[in-house]
Amino acid sequence: MEVLALYNYWVVIFLMMTGFYVVIASGNLVKKIIGINLFQASVFILYISMGKVSGGAAPILRETIQTYSNPLPHVLILTAIVVGVATTALGLALVVRIKEAYGTAEEDDIHRQDESL
Amino acid sequence: MKDIPVLRVVTKITIPIILLFAMYVQFHGDYGPGGGFQAGVIFAAAFILYGLVFGTSAVRQVVSPGILRLLTALGLLLFAGVGILTMLLGGDYLDYNTLGQDPLHGQHLGIFLVELGVGITVAAVMIIFFLAFAGRRD
Amino acid sequence: MTLAQLPALQVILPLIAAPLCLLLRSGRLAWLLSILVSATALIIAVLLLRLVLENGTVIYTYGGWAAPWGIEYRVDIANAFVLAIVTSISTVVLLFSRVGASWEIKSSEQSLFYTAYLLCLTGLLGMTVTGDAFNLFVFLEISSLSSYVLIAMGPDRRGLTAAYQYLIMGTIGATFILIAVGLLYMVTGTLNMADLANLLPALEQSRTVRVAFAFLTVGIGLKLAMFPLHLWLPNAYAYAPHVVSAFLAATATKVAVYVLVRFIYDVFGSSFAFDSMPLQSILVVLGAAAVLSGSTVAIFQHNIKRMLGYSSVAQIGYMILGISLASVSGLTATLVHLLNHALMKGGLFLALACMAFQLGGTRLVDLAGAGRRMPWTSAAFVVGGLSLIGVPLTAGFVSKWLLVVAVLEAGWWPVLIVIAVGSLLAVAYIWRVIEMIYFRSATNPDEHSEETHWSLLAPVWLLIVANVYFGLHTQWSVGVAQRAAQMLFGGPG
Repeated sequence: MEVLALYNYWVVIFLMMTGFYVVIASGNLVKKIIGINLFQASVFILYISMGKVSGGAAPILRETIQTYSNPLPHVLILTAIVVGVATTALGLALVVRIKEAYGTAEEDDIHRQDESL
Repeated sequence: MKDIPVLRVVTKITIPIILLFAMYVQFHGDYGPGGGFQAGVIFAAAFILYGLVFGTSAVRQVVSPGILRLLTALGLLLFAGVGILTMLLGGDYLDYNTLGQDPLHGQHLGIFLVELGVGITVAAVMIIFFLAFAGRRD
Repeated sequence: MTLAQLPALQVILPLIAAPLCLLLRSGRLAWLLSILVSATALIIAVLLLRLVLENGTVIYTYGGWAAPWGIEYRVDIANAFVLAIVTSISTVVLLFSRVGASWEIKSSEQSLFYTAYLLCLTGLLGMTVTGDAFNLFVFLEISSLSSYVLIAMGPDRRGLTAAYQYLIMGTIGATFILIAVGLLYMVTGTLNMADLANLLPALEQSRTVRVAFAFLTVGIGLKLAMFPLHLWLPNAYAYAPHVVSAFLAATATKVAVYVLVRFIYDVFGSSFAFDSMPLQSILVVLGAAAVLSGSTVAIFQHNIKRMLGYSSVAQIGYMILGISLASVSGLTATLVHLLNHALMKGGLFLALACMAFQLGGTRLVDLAGAGRRMPWTSAAFVVGGLSLIGVPLTAGFVSKWLLVVAVLEAGWWPVLIVIAVGSLLAVAYIWRVIEMIYFRSATNPDEHSEETHWSLLAPVWLLIVANVYFGLHTQWSVGVAQRAAQMLFGGPG
């Protein structure tokens, strides 16, 4: 049962490997960005689940509550999410420019065009 | 999509509510969950909804790209400026205690200004993202 | 504002100047602001270095929150040294880019270019100066995102694909670092690097710490283009605008090497990294492979910028070898090479930029007969190349000599052979360029192009003269690096 009790790690590992696989295996540049997003999302979950204190309430100060969850990982991951948004936007912007310059967003076609130069 | 009356009316009703909620998340961030990041994104969501229904050119009429660029820089400058101000007042960078006559007031004012700066920049950047990608077809 | 505020100002100044550049719109004004800020940052870095050399580590807490709760900046000899390298290279490159950037970047985009440049500088300085592991990740992403933008600004469309490739690999690397920081926080409950250094020795057997160490090494390895994670580097350097290639080649990988050194020797401690983890054998093999493969591939390149990119991979290999020795002398060699390699690569890329502007390209054939048409630039390239090979009287010789001495101390004879072969291969690829410059006549002899403008030559020669200066006067560079290395090994700051 111990294996199941650590289910959050299984989710993290599954998402991480899925994302990683998409980045490596897919030849489409947009799909690669989606893979990167999945990959980053897995780390978000790693951090968020780390902040959970069993029996802890949401970290808003109240007189009746003794135990709070740890808010720090959430704050950290908020920053990482913002970084992720910026990365995605920049990546997609690059794909748009690549599509304009090459007429395709497939990695193989781009390589073929570059080699023919 | 602006030819569909239901969408048009619902959009016009919800946009003020979204903006108001963004303000709540922004200014209640001192006491409850909230803050500049979330508020900025919610605020921008209203503009994005407007753009989805009425087209990106309609959004550009409301906020021109020049103003957005200005706001992006101003928000960041507000954030950094608060830090410089606390330095000039004799504290460390972003030491809000120096801003008010007592630490409690200082912390309130400091976090308020900094989160406002964050909110402005995030909202402007999100709208810029939307216009940059969605506005290419126009 | 007193001297105590310097660590914050070091990072804050370029950070504030970046949005101001965005507002300025005029490329000329943005350039003026950038160079003012960069020169001020250089002065701050020099002041910090002097302060640290005299009084020991400077600590700065943000917002009055004491570490380990708040974010602290911690400047010691090692990172003050790196700060000085980054700011001086950035200032010289900006001197060059008044004319240099206008060749390649549209005037409407120039203020954006300087915004991205300053953000990149902010990120690099922040990574160097911070004493907080998560803060380091944030600054790493600031510098990475802005460098993707800078690379994509090149006139060649392959710059776009190079930037995209770098974005994918860089993001994976940064996310690995994020995972490592998360795992470390999980077991120690702190993000402060000095605090981590205190807590980690007791947790040496923890599997989480070991996994974190592995993620961190691979993540930083991606950012510093450690073989075999270097695939993004040659294209990124080759197709970026010339000034960007010079700036990134001379600073970005250096800062990443510094971060690796900081984590291995300071945060985790050399006994953990080298005794309970098999880091030594991994780094030796990868470093040697980088030296040999990078230099060999460089010989077969037709584009000289790509050649210099592969040569960077090889030079990073030397730095990795220095780290892997786990001795004060090895680490000194690495730190000195940070400075020397920044000087030589910065000089070479800038000299190459001058030639590209005048002769129309960076392919080997474009440079035919450049020795007669651009004597000063060609001479600068040759001196820079000699430094890259490691010829005596140049800076490159000093760091290679230190590395050889450190290797001999450890008695690693095979590594010595690798260094010798690497230098011979460097002779081969530099000679190809020299032969083309001096012993081939131009394909189109009627075309009469003159020496480049003095305002471009001055920054090039500034770096080249620095190469010779640090080749002759080694007390300062080696002295500071040695003290930094001793401090990282737990000696007195």
